[in-house]
Amino acid sequence: MITLAPDLETPTRGGFAENDLLEVAMGPHHPSTHGVFRMNVVLDGETVVKLTPVFGYLHRNHEKIAEKNSYLAAIPYTDRLDYICSMTNNWAYVLTVEKMTGLAVPERAEYIRVIVAEMTRLYNHACLAGFLLQDMGALGTPMMYAFREREKILDLFESLTGSRMMCNYLRFGGCRCDLPDGWLEQAIQLTANYAPFLEHFEAFLNENEILRARCEGVGVLPRELAINAGVTGPGLRASGVNYDLRKVDHYGIYNRFKFRVPLGQRGDVLDRYMMRILEMHESLAILGQALRDIPAGPVMDAKAKLRNLRPKAGEVYGRIESPKGELGFYLISDGGPAPYRFRVRPPSLVNLTVLEDMCLGHTLADAVIILGSVDIVLGEVDR
Amino acid sequence: MPTLEQVIARVANALPGASLQIVPNGNPGHPGSLLLDNGQAGAVARILRDDPELRFDYASNASGVDWPEKTAKEKVNVKKIVDGVEKEIEETVERKTGGYLEAVYHLYSMALGHGPLIIRLRTANRGDGAVLPSLTPVWRSCEFQEREIFDLFGVTFTGHPDLRRILMWDGFVDYPMRKDYVPVAEEARP
Repeated sequence: MITLAPDLETPTRGGFAENDLLEVAMGPHHPSTHGVFRMNVVLDGETVVKLTPVFGYLHRNHEKIAEKNSYLAAIPYTDRLDYICSMTNNWAYVLTVEKMTGLAVPERAEYIRVIVAEMTRLYNHACLAGFLLQDMGALGTPMMYAFREREKILDLFESLTGSRMMCNYLRFGGCRCDLPDGWLEQAIQLTANYAPFLEHFEAFLNENEILRARCEGVGVLPRELAINAGVTGPGLRASGVNYDLRKVDHYGIYNRFKFRVPLGQRGDVLDRYMMRILEMHESLAILGQALRDIPAGPVMDAKAKLRNLRPKAGEVYGRIESPKGELGFYLISDGGPAPYRFRVRPPSLVNLTVLEDMCLGHTLADAVIILGSVDIVLGEVDR
Repeated sequence: MPTLEQVIARVANALPGASLQIVPNGNPGHPGSLLLDNGQAGAVARILRDDPELRFDYASNASGVDWPEKTAKEKVNVKKIVDGVEKEIEETVERKTGGYLEAVYHLYSMALGHGPLIIRLRTANRGDGAVLPSLTPVWRSCEFQEREIFDLFGVTFTGHPDLRRILMWDGFVDYPMRKDYVPVAEEARP
Protein backbone atom coordinates (compact mmCIF):
# COMPACT_ATOMS: atom_id res chain seq x y z
CA MET A 1 0.00 0.00 0.00
CA ILE A 2 1.24 3.45 -0.87
CA THR A 3 0.87 6.32 1.57
CA LEU A 4 1.73 9.93 1.05
CA ALA A 5 4.69 11.39 2.86
CA PRO A 6 3.39 13.83 5.48
CA ASP A 7 4.47 17.00 3.65
CA LEU A 8 2.79 15.92 0.42
CA GLU A 9 -0.59 15.33 1.99
CA THR A 10 -3.56 16.99 0.39
CA PRO A 11 -3.81 20.45 1.90
CA THR A 12 -6.81 20.93 4.11
CA ARG A 13 -9.05 23.95 3.81
CA GLY A 14 -7.08 27.03 4.68
CA GLY A 15 -4.02 25.55 2.99
CA PHE A 16 -2.35 26.91 -0.11
CA ALA A 17 -4.94 25.57 -2.55
CA GLU A 18 -7.83 27.60 -1.28
CA ASN A 19 -9.01 30.30 -3.70
CA ASP A 20 -6.21 29.49 -6.06
CA LEU A 21 -7.27 29.56 -9.68
CA LEU A 22 -5.71 27.32 -12.26
CA GLU A 23 -5.19 28.41 -15.82
CA VAL A 24 -5.31 25.66 -18.42
CA ALA A 25 -4.49 26.07 -22.10
CA MET A 26 -6.74 23.63 -23.97
CA GLY A 27 -5.25 23.27 -27.41
CA PRO A 28 -4.16 24.10 -30.03
CA HIS A 29 -3.31 20.39 -30.09
CA HIS A 30 -6.20 18.97 -28.17
CA PRO A 31 -8.60 16.46 -29.73
CA SER A 32 -11.67 18.12 -28.19
CA THR A 33 -11.10 21.46 -29.90
CA HIS A 34 -11.86 20.07 -33.38
CA GLY A 35 -8.78 21.54 -35.00
CA VAL A 36 -6.08 24.00 -34.09
CA PHE A 37 -8.13 26.09 -31.72
CA ARG A 38 -7.13 27.11 -28.19
CA MET A 39 -9.27 27.87 -25.20
CA ASN A 40 -7.47 29.46 -22.29
CA VAL A 41 -9.60 28.38 -19.39
CA VAL A 42 -9.35 29.66 -15.83
CA LEU A 43 -10.65 27.08 -13.40
CA ASP A 44 -11.80 27.29 -9.82
CA GLY A 45 -11.61 23.65 -8.85
CA GLU A 46 -13.32 22.14 -11.86
CA THR A 47 -15.56 25.10 -12.64
CA VAL A 48 -14.85 27.47 -15.51
CA VAL A 49 -14.62 31.08 -14.32
CA LYS A 50 -13.07 32.57 -17.42
CA LEU A 51 -12.59 31.37 -20.97
CA THR A 52 -10.64 33.10 -23.71
CA PRO A 53 -10.67 31.66 -27.22
CA VAL A 54 -7.45 32.03 -29.20
CA PHE A 55 -7.45 31.82 -33.00
CA GLY A 56 -5.17 32.31 -35.93
CA TYR A 57 -3.22 29.06 -36.12
CA LEU A 58 -4.66 28.32 -39.56
CA HIS A 59 -4.63 31.89 -40.82
CA ARG A 60 -3.41 32.27 -44.41
CA ASN A 61 -5.29 35.46 -45.29
CA HIS A 62 -7.72 33.91 -47.71
CA GLU A 63 -9.23 37.37 -48.32
CA LYS A 64 -5.96 38.88 -49.47
CA ILE A 65 -5.24 35.92 -51.75
CA ALA A 66 -8.64 36.35 -53.37
CA GLU A 67 -8.05 40.07 -53.86
CA LYS A 68 -4.89 39.27 -55.79
CA ASN A 69 -6.58 36.76 -58.12
CA SER A 70 -9.40 36.74 -60.62
CA TYR A 71 -12.99 36.10 -59.57
CA LEU A 72 -12.86 32.59 -60.98
CA ALA A 73 -9.62 31.70 -59.20
CA ALA A 74 -11.20 32.30 -55.80
CA ILE A 75 -13.64 29.37 -56.14
CA PRO A 76 -11.20 26.58 -55.22
CA TYR A 77 -9.97 28.65 -52.25
CA THR A 78 -13.50 28.83 -50.90
CA ASP A 79 -13.50 25.01 -50.75
CA ARG A 80 -10.92 25.32 -48.02
CA LEU A 81 -12.89 27.66 -45.77
CA ASP A 82 -15.20 25.15 -44.18
CA TYR A 83 -13.31 22.19 -45.55
CA ILE A 84 -16.08 19.77 -44.57
CA CYS A 85 -18.73 21.56 -46.64
CA SER A 86 -17.05 22.76 -49.83
CA MET A 87 -20.28 22.72 -51.87
CA THR A 88 -22.07 25.27 -49.71
CA ASN A 89 -18.99 27.52 -49.63
CA ASN A 90 -18.93 27.45 -53.43
CA TRP A 91 -22.58 28.30 -53.52
CA ALA A 92 -22.33 31.33 -51.23
CA TYR A 93 -19.53 32.75 -53.34
CA VAL A 94 -21.00 32.14 -56.79
CA LEU A 95 -24.36 33.41 -55.55
CA THR A 96 -22.73 36.70 -54.58
CA VAL A 97 -20.96 37.06 -57.92
CA GLU A 98 -24.21 36.19 -59.72
CA LYS A 99 -25.97 38.92 -57.75
CA MET A 100 -23.23 41.29 -58.78
CA THR A 101 -23.31 40.47 -62.47
CA GLY A 102 -26.99 39.64 -62.80
CA LEU A 103 -26.31 36.19 -64.23
CA ALA A 104 -29.19 33.75 -64.44
CA VAL A 105 -28.84 30.11 -63.43
CA PRO A 106 -30.54 27.34 -65.47
CA GLU A 107 -33.24 25.29 -63.77
CA ARG A 108 -31.29 22.06 -63.73
CA ALA A 109 -28.29 23.73 -62.14
CA GLU A 110 -30.50 25.25 -59.43
CA TYR A 111 -31.79 21.78 -58.59
CA ILE A 112 -28.30 20.31 -58.57
CA ARG A 113 -27.19 23.06 -56.17
CA VAL A 114 -30.01 22.29 -53.78
CA ILE A 115 -29.26 18.56 -53.98
CA VAL A 116 -25.53 18.89 -53.25
CA ALA A 117 -26.11 21.52 -50.54
CA GLU A 118 -28.65 19.39 -48.70
CA MET A 119 -26.41 16.34 -48.97
CA THR A 120 -23.66 18.46 -47.44
CA ARG A 121 -25.97 19.45 -44.63
CA LEU A 122 -26.84 15.79 -44.05
CA TYR A 123 -23.30 14.63 -43.52
CA ASN A 124 -22.19 17.76 -41.69
CA HIS A 125 -24.93 17.31 -39.12
CA ALA A 126 -24.36 13.55 -38.84
CA CYS A 127 -20.64 14.13 -38.23
CA LEU A 128 -21.37 16.87 -35.71
CA ALA A 129 -23.62 14.53 -33.77
CA GLY A 130 -20.93 11.86 -33.97
CA PHE A 131 -18.18 14.19 -32.77
CA LEU A 132 -20.36 15.51 -29.97
CA LEU A 133 -20.91 11.99 -28.68
CA GLN A 134 -17.21 11.35 -28.99
CA ASP A 135 -16.65 14.40 -26.75
CA MET A 136 -19.06 12.87 -24.25
CA GLY A 137 -17.04 9.71 -24.12
CA ALA A 138 -18.88 7.49 -26.59
CA LEU A 139 -15.56 6.78 -28.24
CA GLY A 140 -15.65 5.82 -31.84
CA THR A 141 -18.92 4.06 -32.47
CA PRO A 142 -21.43 6.89 -33.14
CA MET A 143 -18.82 8.80 -35.09
CA MET A 144 -17.99 5.79 -37.22
CA TYR A 145 -21.66 5.27 -38.05
CA ALA A 146 -21.85 8.91 -39.10
CA PHE A 147 -18.66 8.63 -41.12
CA ARG A 148 -19.95 5.53 -42.88
CA GLU A 149 -22.90 7.55 -44.19
CA ARG A 150 -20.66 10.50 -45.00
CA GLU A 151 -18.46 8.23 -47.07
CA LYS A 152 -21.40 7.24 -49.26
CA ILE A 153 -22.17 10.88 -49.99
CA LEU A 154 -18.52 11.67 -50.63
CA ASP A 155 -18.41 8.79 -53.14
CA LEU A 156 -21.24 10.46 -55.02
CA PHE A 157 -19.43 13.80 -54.87
CA GLU A 158 -16.30 12.16 -56.19
CA SER A 159 -18.11 10.65 -59.16
CA LEU A 160 -19.64 14.05 -59.87
CA THR A 161 -16.70 16.40 -59.35
CA GLY A 162 -13.58 14.25 -59.23
CA SER A 163 -12.83 15.17 -55.66
CA ARG A 164 -14.26 13.93 -52.39
CA MET A 165 -13.94 17.04 -50.28
CA MET A 166 -12.46 19.88 -52.34
CA CYS A 167 -15.22 19.77 -54.92
CA ASN A 168 -14.69 23.12 -56.72
CA TYR A 169 -17.92 22.38 -58.52
CA LEU A 170 -20.14 25.44 -58.83
CA ARG A 171 -19.49 28.22 -61.35
CA PHE A 172 -20.98 31.65 -61.98
CA GLY A 173 -24.14 30.89 -63.90
CA GLY A 174 -24.42 27.18 -63.17
CA CYS A 175 -22.35 24.11 -62.39
CA ARG A 176 -19.08 22.91 -63.89
CA CYS A 177 -20.48 19.71 -65.44
CA ASP A 178 -23.68 17.76 -65.69
CA LEU A 179 -24.50 14.75 -63.53
CA PRO A 180 -22.91 11.52 -64.79
CA ASP A 181 -25.13 8.67 -65.99
CA GLY A 182 -26.85 6.86 -63.17
CA TRP A 183 -25.96 9.51 -60.57
CA LEU A 184 -29.56 10.46 -59.86
CA GLU A 185 -30.56 6.84 -59.30
CA GLN A 186 -27.68 6.42 -56.87
CA ALA A 187 -28.68 9.62 -55.08
CA ILE A 188 -32.27 8.42 -54.76
CA GLN A 189 -31.00 5.12 -53.41
CA LEU A 190 -28.77 6.96 -50.92
CA THR A 191 -31.63 9.11 -49.66
CA ALA A 192 -33.79 6.03 -49.27
CA ASN A 193 -31.09 4.33 -47.21
CA TYR A 194 -30.37 7.39 -45.11
CA ALA A 195 -33.75 7.44 -43.38
CA PRO A 196 -33.30 4.00 -41.77
CA PHE A 197 -29.79 4.99 -40.67
CA LEU A 198 -31.19 8.07 -39.01
CA GLU A 199 -33.87 6.05 -37.24
CA HIS A 200 -31.23 3.63 -36.07
CA PHE A 201 -29.00 6.48 -34.86
CA GLU A 202 -31.88 8.13 -33.03
CA ALA A 203 -33.08 4.92 -31.42
CA PHE A 204 -29.64 4.40 -29.96
CA LEU A 205 -29.02 7.91 -28.78
CA ASN A 206 -31.93 10.29 -28.38
CA GLU A 207 -33.17 8.78 -25.13
CA ASN A 208 -29.75 7.65 -23.99
CA GLU A 209 -29.41 8.35 -20.28
CA ILE A 210 -25.81 9.52 -20.43
CA LEU A 211 -26.49 11.83 -23.35
CA ARG A 212 -29.44 13.37 -21.55
CA ALA A 213 -27.58 13.75 -18.27
CA ARG A 214 -24.62 15.41 -19.93
CA CYS A 215 -26.58 17.71 -22.26
CA GLU A 216 -29.76 18.80 -20.55
CA GLY A 217 -29.53 22.28 -19.10
CA VAL A 218 -25.86 22.61 -20.05
CA GLY A 219 -24.57 25.63 -21.94
CA VAL A 220 -27.86 27.48 -22.16
CA LEU A 221 -27.86 30.29 -24.72
CA PRO A 222 -30.68 32.79 -24.07
CA ARG A 223 -32.63 33.95 -27.09
CA GLU A 224 -31.81 37.68 -26.81
CA LEU A 225 -28.11 37.05 -26.37
CA ALA A 226 -28.08 34.69 -29.36
CA ILE A 227 -29.60 37.36 -31.61
CA ASN A 228 -27.41 40.19 -30.32
CA ALA A 229 -24.25 38.12 -30.62
CA GLY A 230 -25.05 37.20 -34.22
CA VAL A 231 -25.26 33.46 -33.62
CA THR A 232 -26.75 31.83 -36.71
CA GLY A 233 -27.65 28.38 -37.93
CA PRO A 234 -28.83 25.50 -35.75
CA GLY A 235 -27.35 27.18 -32.66
CA LEU A 236 -29.67 30.15 -33.07
CA ARG A 237 -32.73 28.07 -33.84
CA ALA A 238 -32.05 25.87 -30.81
CA SER A 239 -32.64 29.04 -28.76
CA GLY A 240 -36.05 29.38 -30.35
CA VAL A 241 -35.41 32.03 -33.01
CA ASN A 242 -37.13 31.22 -36.28
CA TYR A 243 -34.47 32.44 -38.69
CA ASP A 244 -33.45 30.15 -41.51
CA LEU A 245 -32.11 31.92 -44.59
CA ARG A 246 -33.64 29.27 -46.82
CA LYS A 247 -37.00 30.60 -45.62
CA VAL A 248 -36.05 34.26 -45.11
CA ASP A 249 -34.13 34.95 -48.32
CA HIS A 250 -35.49 32.12 -50.53
CA TYR A 251 -32.20 32.12 -52.34
CA GLY A 252 -31.89 29.68 -55.24
CA ILE A 253 -35.20 27.84 -55.57
CA TYR A 254 -35.86 27.07 -51.91
CA ASN A 255 -39.36 28.55 -52.09
CA ARG A 256 -40.42 25.54 -54.20
CA PHE A 257 -39.82 22.97 -51.51
CA LYS A 258 -41.98 22.03 -48.59
CA PHE A 259 -39.97 21.76 -45.40
CA ARG A 260 -40.23 22.91 -41.83
CA VAL A 261 -37.79 24.73 -39.58
CA PRO A 262 -37.22 22.92 -36.28
CA LEU A 263 -36.98 25.19 -33.25
CA GLY A 264 -35.61 24.53 -29.79
CA GLN A 265 -37.04 25.76 -26.52
CA ARG A 266 -34.29 25.81 -23.94
CA GLY A 267 -31.22 26.52 -26.04
CA ASP A 268 -29.05 23.98 -24.24
CA VAL A 269 -26.67 21.41 -25.67
CA LEU A 270 -29.45 18.84 -25.97
CA ASP A 271 -31.54 21.23 -28.06
CA ARG A 272 -28.57 21.92 -30.29
CA TYR A 273 -28.00 18.20 -30.72
CA MET A 274 -31.67 17.55 -31.49
CA MET A 275 -31.68 20.46 -33.93
CA ARG A 276 -29.13 18.64 -36.07
CA ILE A 277 -31.13 15.41 -36.01
CA LEU A 278 -34.39 17.16 -36.94
CA GLU A 279 -32.73 19.25 -39.66
CA MET A 280 -31.46 16.04 -41.24
CA HIS A 281 -35.07 14.87 -41.54
CA GLU A 282 -36.01 18.14 -43.25
CA SER A 283 -33.01 17.88 -45.58
CA LEU A 284 -34.17 14.41 -46.55
CA ALA A 285 -37.60 15.87 -47.32
CA ILE A 286 -36.06 18.55 -49.55
CA LEU A 287 -33.83 15.98 -51.26
CA GLY A 288 -36.83 13.75 -51.97
CA GLN A 289 -38.64 16.61 -53.74
CA ALA A 290 -35.57 17.89 -55.58
CA LEU A 291 -34.57 14.46 -56.87
CA ARG A 292 -38.14 13.86 -58.02
CA ASP A 293 -38.58 17.20 -59.80
CA ILE A 294 -35.17 17.86 -61.34
CA PRO A 295 -35.68 18.77 -65.03
CA ALA A 296 -33.43 18.01 -67.97
CA GLY A 297 -31.56 20.83 -69.65
CA PRO A 298 -28.29 22.72 -69.64
CA VAL A 299 -26.33 23.28 -66.42
CA MET A 300 -24.59 26.49 -67.48
CA ASP A 301 -26.08 29.80 -68.51
CA ALA A 302 -25.15 30.39 -72.16
CA LYS A 303 -24.17 33.98 -71.40
CA ALA A 304 -21.95 33.06 -68.47
CA LYS A 305 -18.44 34.34 -68.74
CA LEU A 306 -15.95 32.75 -66.42
CA ARG A 307 -12.58 34.06 -67.45
CA ASN A 308 -11.68 37.72 -67.40
CA LEU A 309 -14.84 38.59 -65.54
CA ARG A 310 -15.07 42.31 -64.75
CA PRO A 311 -18.25 43.13 -62.82
CA LYS A 312 -19.53 46.69 -62.76
CA ALA A 313 -18.06 48.80 -59.98
CA GLY A 314 -20.13 48.56 -56.81
CA GLU A 315 -20.65 46.38 -53.78
CA VAL A 316 -22.78 43.32 -53.05
CA TYR A 317 -23.40 41.17 -50.01
CA GLY A 318 -24.63 37.63 -50.58
CA ARG A 319 -25.40 35.02 -47.96
CA ILE A 320 -26.73 31.50 -47.65
CA GLU A 321 -27.70 29.13 -44.89
CA SER A 322 -24.63 26.94 -44.67
CA PRO A 323 -24.79 23.95 -42.32
CA LYS A 324 -23.00 26.04 -39.68
CA GLY A 325 -24.95 29.26 -40.04
CA GLU A 326 -24.98 32.35 -42.19
CA LEU A 327 -22.09 32.22 -44.62
CA GLY A 328 -21.77 35.56 -46.37
CA PHE A 329 -19.54 37.10 -48.96
CA TYR A 330 -19.08 40.84 -49.25
CA LEU A 331 -17.53 41.87 -52.54
CA ILE A 332 -16.52 45.30 -53.77
CA SER A 333 -15.66 45.64 -57.44
CA ASP A 334 -13.79 48.57 -58.92
CA GLY A 335 -14.45 47.30 -62.42
CA GLY A 336 -11.16 45.44 -62.55
CA PRO A 337 -10.48 41.74 -63.06
CA ALA A 338 -9.94 41.06 -59.34
CA PRO A 339 -12.26 41.93 -56.45
CA TYR A 340 -11.25 45.20 -54.77
CA ARG A 341 -12.52 43.85 -51.47
CA PHE A 342 -13.28 40.22 -50.77
CA ARG A 343 -14.71 39.53 -47.36
CA VAL A 344 -15.96 36.27 -45.91
CA ARG A 345 -18.48 36.41 -43.11
CA PRO A 346 -17.63 33.19 -41.31
CA PRO A 347 -20.44 31.67 -39.23
CA SER A 348 -18.00 29.63 -37.13
CA LEU A 349 -16.08 32.69 -35.92
CA VAL A 350 -19.14 34.73 -35.02
CA ASN A 351 -20.81 31.77 -33.30
CA LEU A 352 -17.81 31.55 -30.97
CA THR A 353 -18.51 35.04 -29.58
CA VAL A 354 -20.75 33.60 -26.88
CA LEU A 355 -18.65 30.55 -26.06
CA GLU A 356 -17.51 32.06 -22.76
CA ASP A 357 -21.04 33.07 -21.79
CA MET A 358 -22.24 29.53 -22.36
CA CYS A 359 -19.38 27.89 -20.46
CA LEU A 360 -19.19 30.02 -17.31
CA GLY A 361 -20.19 28.11 -14.21
CA HIS A 362 -19.95 24.72 -15.89
CA THR A 363 -17.21 22.16 -15.44
CA LEU A 364 -14.30 21.83 -17.82
CA ALA A 365 -15.75 18.58 -19.17
CA ASP A 366 -18.95 20.43 -20.01
CA ALA A 367 -17.03 23.19 -21.76
CA VAL A 368 -15.78 20.52 -24.15
CA ILE A 369 -19.28 19.43 -25.16
CA ILE A 370 -20.52 23.03 -25.32
CA LEU A 371 -17.79 23.76 -27.84
CA GLY A 372 -18.71 20.55 -29.65
CA SER A 373 -22.34 21.65 -29.90
CA VAL A 374 -21.39 25.00 -31.48
CA ASP A 375 -19.91 23.24 -34.51
CA ILE A 376 -16.83 25.08 -35.68
CA VAL A 377 -14.35 24.49 -38.44
CA LEU A 378 -11.02 26.20 -38.07
CA GLY A 379 -10.45 26.62 -41.77
CA GLU A 380 -13.29 29.10 -41.66
CA VAL A 381 -12.58 30.69 -38.27
CA ASP A 382 -8.99 31.56 -39.18
CA ARG A 383 -9.27 31.91 -42.96
CA MET B 1 -37.93 47.15 -45.65
CA PRO B 2 -37.89 50.93 -45.14
CA THR B 3 -35.99 52.96 -47.73
CA LEU B 4 -32.81 54.78 -46.79
CA GLU B 5 -34.73 58.07 -46.74
CA GLN B 6 -37.29 56.59 -44.34
CA VAL B 7 -34.50 55.29 -42.10
CA ILE B 8 -32.92 58.74 -42.03
CA ALA B 9 -36.28 60.29 -41.15
CA ARG B 10 -36.85 57.79 -38.31
CA VAL B 11 -33.41 58.42 -36.89
CA ALA B 12 -33.73 62.22 -37.22
CA ASN B 13 -37.04 61.98 -35.43
CA ALA B 14 -35.47 60.22 -32.45
CA LEU B 15 -32.18 62.11 -32.49
CA PRO B 16 -32.57 65.63 -33.82
CA GLY B 17 -29.48 66.80 -35.60
CA ALA B 18 -28.32 63.32 -36.54
CA SER B 19 -26.19 63.38 -39.66
CA LEU B 20 -26.64 60.43 -41.99
CA GLN B 21 -25.48 60.60 -45.52
CA ILE B 22 -26.51 58.29 -48.35
CA VAL B 23 -23.62 56.66 -50.18
CA PRO B 24 -24.97 55.33 -53.50
CA ASN B 25 -23.96 51.90 -54.71
CA GLY B 26 -22.17 52.05 -58.05
CA ASN B 27 -23.91 48.87 -59.16
CA PRO B 28 -27.51 49.77 -60.06
CA GLY B 29 -30.17 47.64 -58.47
CA HIS B 30 -28.18 47.14 -55.31
CA PRO B 31 -28.83 49.06 -52.12
CA GLY B 32 -26.77 52.08 -51.17
CA SER B 33 -25.49 52.62 -47.68
CA LEU B 34 -25.61 55.18 -44.90
CA LEU B 35 -22.51 57.01 -43.77
CA LEU B 36 -22.67 57.73 -40.06
CA ASP B 37 -21.03 60.54 -38.20
CA ASN B 38 -18.39 59.03 -35.92
CA GLY B 39 -19.40 61.08 -32.90
CA GLN B 40 -23.03 59.95 -33.07
CA ALA B 41 -22.47 56.38 -34.30
CA GLY B 42 -23.26 54.69 -30.97
CA ALA B 43 -26.47 56.66 -30.45
CA VAL B 44 -27.62 56.17 -34.04
CA ALA B 45 -26.85 52.44 -33.87
CA ARG B 46 -28.99 52.12 -30.74
CA ILE B 47 -31.88 53.83 -32.53
CA LEU B 48 -31.49 51.51 -35.51
CA ARG B 49 -31.58 48.55 -33.14
CA ASP B 50 -34.41 49.66 -30.84
CA ASP B 51 -36.78 51.72 -32.99
CA PRO B 52 -40.00 49.68 -33.30
CA GLU B 53 -40.19 50.17 -37.08
CA LEU B 54 -36.53 49.53 -37.80
CA ARG B 55 -35.43 46.94 -35.22
CA PHE B 56 -32.14 46.00 -36.82
CA ASP B 57 -31.41 43.58 -34.01
CA TYR B 58 -28.82 41.53 -35.89
CA ALA B 59 -25.51 42.90 -37.18
CA SER B 60 -24.44 40.19 -39.54
CA ASN B 61 -21.19 41.28 -41.10
CA ALA B 62 -18.59 43.84 -40.10
CA SER B 63 -15.90 44.40 -42.65
CA GLY B 64 -12.97 46.74 -43.12
CA VAL B 65 -12.19 48.43 -46.42
CA ASP B 66 -9.03 50.32 -47.28
CA TRP B 67 -9.18 53.33 -49.59
CA PRO B 68 -5.62 54.56 -49.96
CA GLU B 69 -4.52 58.03 -50.99
CA LYS B 70 -5.01 58.55 -54.69
CA THR B 71 -2.89 60.60 -57.00
CA ALA B 72 -4.83 61.57 -60.07
CA LYS B 73 -2.93 63.11 -62.95
CA GLU B 74 -4.67 65.98 -64.64
CA LYS B 75 -3.71 68.02 -67.64
CA VAL B 76 -3.98 71.75 -67.04
CA ASN B 77 -3.34 74.61 -69.41
CA VAL B 78 -0.94 77.07 -67.84
CA LYS B 79 0.19 80.40 -69.18
CA LYS B 80 3.92 80.75 -69.05
CA ILE B 81 6.46 83.09 -70.51
CA VAL B 82 8.74 81.16 -72.79
CA ASP B 83 11.59 83.05 -74.50
CA GLY B 84 9.92 86.32 -73.63
CA VAL B 85 6.59 85.39 -75.23
CA GLU B 86 3.55 84.38 -73.23
CA LYS B 87 2.34 80.97 -74.34
CA GLU B 88 -0.27 78.53 -73.19
CA ILE B 89 1.38 75.27 -72.30
CA GLU B 90 -0.23 72.01 -71.26
CA GLU B 91 1.16 70.68 -67.96
CA THR B 92 0.46 67.58 -65.96
CA VAL B 93 -0.46 68.24 -62.36
CA GLU B 94 -0.69 65.58 -59.68
CA ARG B 95 -3.64 65.94 -57.41
CA LYS B 96 -3.80 63.96 -54.16
CA THR B 97 -7.02 62.87 -52.51
CA GLY B 98 -6.83 61.79 -48.89
CA GLY B 99 -7.17 58.11 -48.09
CA TYR B 100 -9.26 56.61 -45.34
CA LEU B 101 -10.34 53.31 -43.85
CA GLU B 102 -13.92 52.19 -43.62
CA ALA B 103 -15.85 49.84 -41.40
CA VAL B 104 -18.95 48.50 -43.15
CA TYR B 105 -21.75 46.82 -41.20
CA HIS B 106 -24.58 44.77 -42.67
CA LEU B 107 -27.65 44.94 -40.46
CA TYR B 108 -30.72 42.75 -40.60
CA SER B 109 -33.84 42.50 -38.55
CA MET B 110 -34.68 39.05 -37.27
CA ALA B 111 -37.79 40.38 -35.57
CA LEU B 112 -39.26 42.01 -38.69
CA GLY B 113 -37.46 39.92 -41.30
CA HIS B 114 -36.04 42.79 -43.33
CA GLY B 115 -32.58 43.90 -44.34
CA PRO B 116 -29.87 44.49 -45.21
CA LEU B 117 -29.22 48.03 -44.08
CA ILE B 118 -25.61 48.88 -44.78
CA ILE B 119 -23.94 51.45 -42.56
CA ARG B 120 -20.38 52.71 -42.87
CA LEU B 121 -17.99 54.54 -40.63
CA ARG B 122 -14.98 56.38 -42.05
CA THR B 123 -11.73 57.27 -40.39
CA ALA B 124 -10.15 60.69 -40.82
CA ASN B 125 -7.07 59.25 -42.48
CA ARG B 126 -4.96 56.10 -42.64
CA GLY B 127 -2.43 57.16 -40.02
CA ASP B 128 -3.04 58.57 -36.53
CA GLY B 129 -6.64 59.26 -37.36
CA ALA B 130 -7.56 55.62 -37.97
CA VAL B 131 -9.92 55.61 -35.00
CA LEU B 132 -13.61 54.68 -34.99
CA PRO B 133 -16.23 54.20 -32.29
CA SER B 134 -16.90 50.54 -31.56
CA LEU B 135 -20.39 49.18 -32.16
CA THR B 136 -19.74 46.10 -30.02
CA PRO B 137 -21.65 47.63 -27.05
CA VAL B 138 -24.70 47.73 -29.34
CA TRP B 139 -24.21 44.41 -31.17
CA ARG B 140 -22.05 41.74 -29.53
CA SER B 141 -21.61 40.08 -32.93
CA CYS B 142 -19.14 42.83 -33.86
CA GLU B 143 -16.73 41.85 -31.07
CA PHE B 144 -14.50 39.44 -33.00
CA GLN B 145 -15.12 41.11 -36.34
CA GLU B 146 -13.98 44.52 -35.09
CA ARG B 147 -10.95 42.85 -33.55
CA GLU B 148 -10.25 41.45 -36.98
CA ILE B 149 -10.54 44.89 -38.60
CA PHE B 150 -8.16 46.23 -35.95
CA ASP B 151 -5.79 43.36 -36.62
CA LEU B 152 -5.79 43.37 -40.40
CA PHE B 153 -6.62 47.02 -41.25
CA GLY B 154 -5.28 48.91 -38.25
CA VAL B 155 -8.47 50.67 -37.18
CA THR B 156 -8.61 51.36 -33.44
CA PHE B 157 -12.11 50.97 -32.05
CA THR B 158 -12.76 53.10 -29.00
CA GLY B 159 -15.09 51.51 -26.50
CA HIS B 160 -14.28 47.95 -27.62
CA PRO B 161 -14.09 45.68 -24.57
CA ASP B 162 -11.11 43.59 -25.67
CA LEU B 163 -9.21 45.08 -28.58
CA ARG B 164 -6.28 42.76 -29.36
CA ARG B 165 -4.90 41.12 -32.45
CA ILE B 166 -7.00 38.09 -33.33
CA LEU B 167 -5.50 36.29 -36.34
CA MET B 168 -1.93 37.63 -36.50
CA TRP B 169 0.41 37.09 -33.59
CA ASP B 170 1.05 39.64 -30.84
CA GLY B 171 4.02 41.78 -31.70
CA PHE B 172 3.30 41.74 -35.42
CA VAL B 173 3.61 45.23 -36.84
CA ASP B 174 1.79 46.37 -40.03
CA TYR B 175 -1.69 45.52 -41.27
CA PRO B 176 -1.92 42.76 -43.91
CA MET B 177 -5.24 43.70 -45.50
CA ARG B 178 -4.16 47.24 -46.38
CA LYS B 179 -3.57 47.79 -50.05
CA ASP B 180 0.03 48.94 -49.58
CA TYR B 181 1.05 46.03 -47.37
CA VAL B 182 4.37 44.39 -48.22
CA PRO B 183 4.45 40.74 -47.09
CA VAL B 184 6.93 39.71 -44.41
CA ALA B 185 9.87 37.69 -45.66
CA GLU B 186 9.67 33.99 -44.83
CA GLU B 187 12.75 34.16 -42.55
CA ALA B 188 11.27 36.93 -40.43
CA ARG B 189 8.29 34.84 -39.35
CA PRO B 190 8.36 33.22 -35.94
